[in-house]
Amino acid sequence: MSTQAAITAKITRRPKATVTRFRNAIGKYKVVRTDRCTGCGLCAKLCPHGVHVRYEGYSRTTRPKDHLCRGTWCKENCDYYCIDKCPAGALSMGLNPVYESMGDPRWTPDMILSTWDQAENGRITNETLEPHLGASGGGFDKLRLNFPKEPALKLKPSEVDTHLSLNRRGSGPKVVIDVPWYGGGMSYGSVSPATMVGKAHACMVWNSFTCTGEGGYPPHLYPYDDHVITQVATGLFGVREETIQRVRIVEFKYAQGAKPGLGGHLLGDKNTPAVARMREAVAGTSLFSPFPFHSVYSIEDHKKHVDWVLAMNPKALVSAKVSTPNDVDMVAVGSYYAGVHIVHLDGSYGGTGAAPDIAKKNIAMPIEYAIPKVHQFLVNEGIRDKVTLIASGGLRNVHDLVKAICLGANGAVIGTAEMVALECIRCGACESGRGCARGIATTDPELSLQFDYEWAARRITNLYSSWHAQLVDILVRFGIRSVSELVGRTDLLHHVDYSE
Amino acid sequence: MPKKYHIEAKAAAPRHTPIGRHGIVDFNEDCAGACHHCVKKECIYDIYRKEGIFTREMPGELHYLYSCMNCLRCVQNCTRAVVTRTVNPEFRWLGDAYWKPEMLLTTWYQAETGKIPVSGAGYRGPFAGPGFDNMWTDMSEIVRPTRDGIHGREYISTSVDVGAKLTELSFDERGQLAVAPPPVLELPVPFVLGIPHFGDWSPGAYEAFARAAQAIRTLCVIDPGLVTPNLEPYRAALAPAVSGATISRHRDAIAGARLVQLEYDDAFAANVAAIKLIAPGAVVTVRAPIDADSHLLAERLVAAGVESITFAANHHGRSGAFGGGEFIKESFRRIHAHLMAKGVRDTVTLIASGGIALAEHMAKAIICGADLVVVDIPFLIALECRMCMNCTLGRPCPVDVAGTPPEHGARRITNLASAWHSQLLEVLGAMGLREVRRLRGEYGRAMFQEDLERETFQALFAGKRAKGQ
Ligand code: SF4
Ligand code: SF4
Ligand code: SF4
Ligand code: SF4
Repeated sequence: MSTQAAITAKITRRPKATVTRFRNAIGKYKVVRTDRCTGCGLCAKLCPHGVHVRYEGYSRTTRPKDHLCRGTWCKENCDYYCIDKCPAGALSMGLNPVYESMGDPRWTPDMILSTWDQAENGRITNETLEPHLGASGGGFDKLRLNFPKEPALKLKPSEVDTHLSLNRRGSGPKVVIDVPWYGGGMSYGSVSPATMVGKAHACMVWNSFTCTGEGGYPPHLYPYDDHVITQVATGLFGVREETIQRVRIVEFKYAQGAKPGLGGHLLGDKNTPAVARMREAVAGTSLFSPFPFHSVYSIEDHKKHVDWVLAMNPKALVSAKVSTPNDVDMVAVGSYYAGVHIVHLDGSYGGTGAAPDIAKKNIAMPIEYAIPKVHQFLVNEGIRDKVTLIASGGLRNVHDLVKAICLGANGAVIGTAEMVALECIRCGACESGRGCARGIATTDPELSLQFDYEWAARRITNLYSSWHAQLVDILVRFGIRSVSELVGRTDLLHHVDYSE
Repeated sequence: MPKKYHIEAKAAAPRHTPIGRHGIVDFNEDCAGACHHCVKKECIYDIYRKEGIFTREMPGELHYLYSCMNCLRCVQNCTRAVVTRTVNPEFRWLGDAYWKPEMLLTTWYQAETGKIPVSGAGYRGPFAGPGFDNMWTDMSEIVRPTRDGIHGREYISTSVDVGAKLTELSFDERGQLAVAPPPVLELPVPFVLGIPHFGDWSPGAYEAFARAAQAIRTLCVIDPGLVTPNLEPYRAALAPAVSGATISRHRDAIAGARLVQLEYDDAFAANVAAIKLIAPGAVVTVRAPIDADSHLLAERLVAAGVESITFAANHHGRSGAFGGGEFIKESFRRIHAHLMAKGVRDTVTLIASGGIALAEHMAKAIICGADLVVVDIPFLIALECRMCMNCTLGRPCPVDVAGTPPEHGARRITNLASAWHSQLLEVLGAMGLREVRRLRGEYGRAMFQEDLERETFQALFAGKRAKGQ
């Protein structure tokens, strides 16, 4: 742990370049240099983005770092466009075929590349990529932030406040996080230890939380106890009195958006001896979590759950993670009256774990509909101020976060964006065979060694830094002092189909 | 406890290389050649070696496997960056606007493995879309369908009844039943097999359909004119499709049938009577193309005593001569609601046909008011069809559907049915339902995009001005 302490001291909120762990970075454009290059070095002098490098004493320019290339934007807007300037006509540029084959309507290749950029640099350095909007054709992708031309209130970035208080019930411990988001639950056994610790570390640096997911509380998270949410899910895997007592937040996972109404499922291959020990199960067997909690058939039963946790750990906040059924508003109100501090709505389009495709696409409503529905219902009940409403399930970037808050959430949980920060390519093959080929969602002894937790922690910290800076910028542009004042401000949004 | 209904699945590899989504292109001339750990050897899915074997052993033109899993490790780790990846153009050509390439891919997977498609990293498609893609099914946070999980020992029933149900019973003075209950056919799954309007057919291919129908214990609706002697052993699984003009010609086929599909025309009542004369125990489903007035037709047919109606849309699930009409899910909601309002819904079994492409479509059609569905094209895709439509143009079939060994074809169809059955259980389980019969017409437990949009975004934003930029 002493090396860990040393690293802890090194990682701060200040961005620090953390480049790709792969030899070849992927960019939107491909720049090709042919044999006609004479090595004159002009391109290296011209391009301010660092695509061309010619090291002192070398006669040849290196292979173009084309992931930095600004492509058509450069061609149209810049007088230094190297392709046209090369005296030997040795350069050509075009869309990278790999780029065209990446991503999907929800996570476009631009959004993936931009998230990588932010994880690498701690800020958006490549403005030619669209980081905020996907191409899904609905929900967040049809909402826009309604920036005024001039904010009514002129604020300096240092004057805005991004804190989120997680206990709004008026009694019990105060838990305040510095940013209005925390990390999603990914269980021991589903992601690599470096991923898990890297996430926790970044959450500690940003004074937020990560979540153990369902699968026990591995010792490598002990140093982060104050920034860990431990999950009590239907399988009760790895739940012990001791784990409940370690933390400041305990989360009941009633359902999860990726597979609403269905239990978790860890394939036998991923249930290694270490995972099995943590879950108190038999190695190599597939582990199913039942659905739903077999001890909960009513709000009263749910209240017993909450009381049980608070009896064990009176200092804890309790969160109920639920999915988004038709009656999600009733579920939220019931959860509140049973005593939870946080109602966490997990919409159907997100999730990082493996889930049946039929469930991901078809069961339960997208989070964009659920947030305003629940928010309004809580307002009408007169208890909105007492509930911390957290949204997740398909929030990909800062704009999604701000949109979710304006629709009525207090904050958000992000999962996929953290994975993408670790260079997840969204191939979806996390569950097949040995797990993630890129070493993120795998416990395979070989595959999971592709990066260490320091790299992971830096990448996610960088992403958080970038998000924080963007969030501050958005508040400044709105002229709003605090993130808490954004909640329910739908007037700060417009919808491309309905607003005039 | 009775033995649980289960469709046995057993892996059945494709006979032809399926078309995958991604192809790897490498520019060998730039290869350094001396890498001891060439990225190609390090592919954890062993794609390059498999491709190598494939290209060696398949003489003639060069095929690629295109089964690359897109992890991009080879692309990103190659010493000289000579490996790149593209979308396979052939993949984009698969299917059509409704039958998306992804649908064919997932259907092939299910036909091969019999497994539910599972993936990580969340949902990757568009927010919503036309047809079945703008509704979501409900789930329940705390209601449990069974005590030991949906794939446990307890039963979630997927059985449906085909036929008319009596609305009331009457008894004579001796307390005996005074009415003769009409025939009812119970199927263990809410679907029957149909024969698509295209395909590279052969007696063997039809046999695959018939055999599979028998294995699944459902029926295959088929024109008796297509039934060759090799289908004889599966006769009990065939539901003859006839019209008024062909009833007498197909007497034999009708005689043993449990379900007969009759093409609707004005003489339907007489035709039903003629069929009942040949096969008194059979249920007759009258098939009519679906249109804007289908609810009125349904009312009329029910009043005339018709026990089942099959409403057919085109293969894109739409009505109208050119297929541009209403989508089948809207039509069924209207028909179901109309018959409910008339108080006669339970006296008739409604079958939806056309555009059922994925397991979720079956569930959604039932939510919209159908009792069961006809599944046709997916089972042809299970026989590896690529929907290239060569067969409709008299050109050779690229995957030789006609040459599919019947047993192998039946296995693949059965696998697909098994995966669909499991997925139906997932949907029912999530809703806390233990019976597919209870799913019918439950549109209160579904969420439709038009409603959600109206209640949320339209309510919040309509008429409001977009300020600023
Ligand atoms: S400007 Fe052209 S010739 Fe000069 S180093 Fe660049 S590519 Fe080579
Ligand atoms: S398997 Fe693919 S989608 Fe899953 S974590 Fe790895 S890169 Fe991401
Ligand atoms: S991208 Fe990944 S799966 Fe595809 S060939 Fe390369 S290493 Fe193999
Ligand atoms: S693959 Fe083409 S030719 Fe063969 S059955 Fe299918 S549509 Fe017809």
